[in-house]
Amino acid sequence: MHVESSHAEKYVMVIDIDKCTGCGACVIACSQENNIPVRTDETDKYRSINWLVIYRITNGEPPPKTKVAYIPRPCMHCDHAICVHVCPAQATDKDRIGVVSQIYPRCFGCRYCMAACPYHARVFGWWDPVFPKGTERGLNPDVSTRMRGVVEKCSFCHHRYQKARDKAIAEGRVILKDGEYITACAEACPTKAIYFGNIKDPNSKVAKLVKSPFAFRLLEKFGTEPSVYYISRQEWVRRQADYYLEEIHKKAHE
Amino acid sequence: MDAALIPPGVKRCSFKKFLIWIACVSVVLAWGVYAMILCFAKGLNQTNLNDYFGFGLWITLDLAVIALGAGAFFSGFLRYIIGIDELKNIINLAVIVGWICYGSALMILGLDVGQPLRGWHIFWYANVHSMLTEVAFCISTYFLVLCIEYLPIILENPELDKNRFIHIFSHNLHEYMYIFAAVGTFLSFFHQGSLGGVFGVLYSRPFAFREGFFVWPWTFFLFILSAVGSGPAFTLLIAWALQKATGRKLVKYNVLELMGKIAGIMLSIYLVFKLIDTYYWAIHILPEKGMTITQCYQGWFGPYGLWLLVAELGIFGIVPALILISPLRKKEFFLIIGALFDCIGIVINRFVFTVQTSAIPTYPFDKWVVYSPSWQEWATTIMVIALGVLVISLSYRYLPLFPQEKELNP
Repeated sequence: MHVESSHAEKYVMVIDIDKCTGCGACVIACSQENNIPVRTDETDKYRSINWLVIYRITNGEPPPKTKVAYIPRPCMHCDHAICVHVCPAQATDKDRIGVVSQIYPRCFGCRYCMAACPYHARVFGWWDPVFPKGTERGLNPDVSTRMRGVVEKCSFCHHRYQKARDKAIAEGRVILKDGEYITACAEACPTKAIYFGNIKDPNSKVAKLVKSPFAFRLLEKFGTEPSVYYISRQEWVRRQADYYLEEIHKKAHE
Repeated sequence: MDAALIPPGVKRCSFKKFLIWIACVSVVLAWGVYAMILCFAKGLNQTNLNDYFGFGLWITLDLAVIALGAGAFFSGFLRYIIGIDELKNIINLAVIVGWICYGSALMILGLDVGQPLRGWHIFWYANVHSMLTEVAFCISTYFLVLCIEYLPIILENPELDKNRFIHIFSHNLHEYMYIFAAVGTFLSFFHQGSLGGVFGVLYSRPFAFREGFFVWPWTFFLFILSAVGSGPAFTLLIAWALQKATGRKLVKYNVLELMGKIAGIMLSIYLVFKLIDTYYWAIHILPEKGMTITQCYQGWFGPYGLWLLVAELGIFGIVPALILISPLRKKEFFLIIGALFDCIGIVINRFVFTVQTSAIPTYPFDKWVVYSPSWQEWATTIMVIALGVLVISLSYRYLPLFPQEKELNP
């Protein structure tokens, strides 16, 4: 059966920061799903391989006025992806459903994309990947492991899209139903803080959520057009997502 | 022992003394080779690079030596295309310094990538929109040009020159050198610029980002200007150091002074544009990204403090420019200080674009990170410098590099 490919899909993620407890279930799910190796010594966090990390932010007030929020940060899968522009070997690409992919066997590890990405979403394989004895049986056969010396990153669990699409095609459909393809982190989140779906489907949950007056994206002024949206009803949280000159001026005059 | 290989009419130290010198250099080289083997065998975990600092000492070195090696193409351009005949007395050294600089850069690049055996991917899967692709193509091809320019100098060795074919071949290469000088100038123009473009295009990194002309950010043009403003200064510094090390006069002072004058003029032109660029960046580009200049520096005296800006543009920018364009350069002390400061300023410029760009927190809630290279990074960096010393030592001993040497040392 021949099924026409569709451009009516663009997948985005919406994360409700006010629901996030910072439990880390999304990070574990991501690591498990994507065969992320773990070293015995992970003290250097700037060298740990994590496709999804959680930033902890505070409102800067002393106790008891201190407020804390957690910002889970996958790859932003930017529409104006600087990494795609700069990669000299075309080892990264923005595909038609909005996923910024990474071709590991093509990447030669120059790390220009890492120097370019303001979100620190790209990590480098500083060490040979090691899976402790027994854990190799838990590896996901749908995701390739990565060799040392290449850059890797969140893929929005693209292999899950392929599976969902295969199923849809078998059923004679081109467009996936809302919720048919979601990432491992979205699935694992115990508070359902992570939403994932097709923004081009007006009936999808994410299409409605991004219209919220409390929705924002990280570092929007940098012009990268991220595909990951955040929601927070707390203004202090939203203010930390970007740089605001007026805030600096205000502080200077205080 | 090696008297037959030494150019006629010039005096060199004894072979034993030369061997001791080479042995000392080789010890440093061996240390660097050991560090290099560690990096190749165990991976880049041997460095202090990390996911925040994808670029570090090695890329700084690459950018710096490529700028300082610009003396080769610019002297070639002035000598063969513009016709400044005086430069023939230093052009051989300029070519060798250029060859060493570009060879070092390529070697270090091979070490810096995570999968060196896939280095060819940059050519095979070339992304024409990436500045790094342009850099790779231009540096590789320009290195070939430098090899062609170095070849006739090697072939002038008295033993090689005895061969009739080599003699004629070498002579013909000299005759057509203006073609290679032109090709070298063209290629250098683009890769010097593209190296600036590598950082200038990063709209996601406000510290480095610049607007520009067509597809080229202003850093493209600034890197070309700064390279031609420092390359001749570096060549003159090497010539001066060689004179001091060997105790012989090799080049007449007026030639060194001319190199200093060229560097001074180009550095001054560069600084005018660089100051305009910095002002425009501070009052236009940064505010557009919601930032101020103070957010790009760690106070005045932090590791990435404003002192770097003052040092780059003031002490090691305006000061050497003023020295080199004024009659002060007629005094050897000032000429050398001017050239040295000029080179230091450009190295700082390359350092801030490479390292400071990564050190600045991108998120308002993130922290500054500081990078300090590992001993393996230092050892390999020093290794390429030692390699340069080795090549210059061998070239000075066995090749007729300086046409004025006989006249200056009767």
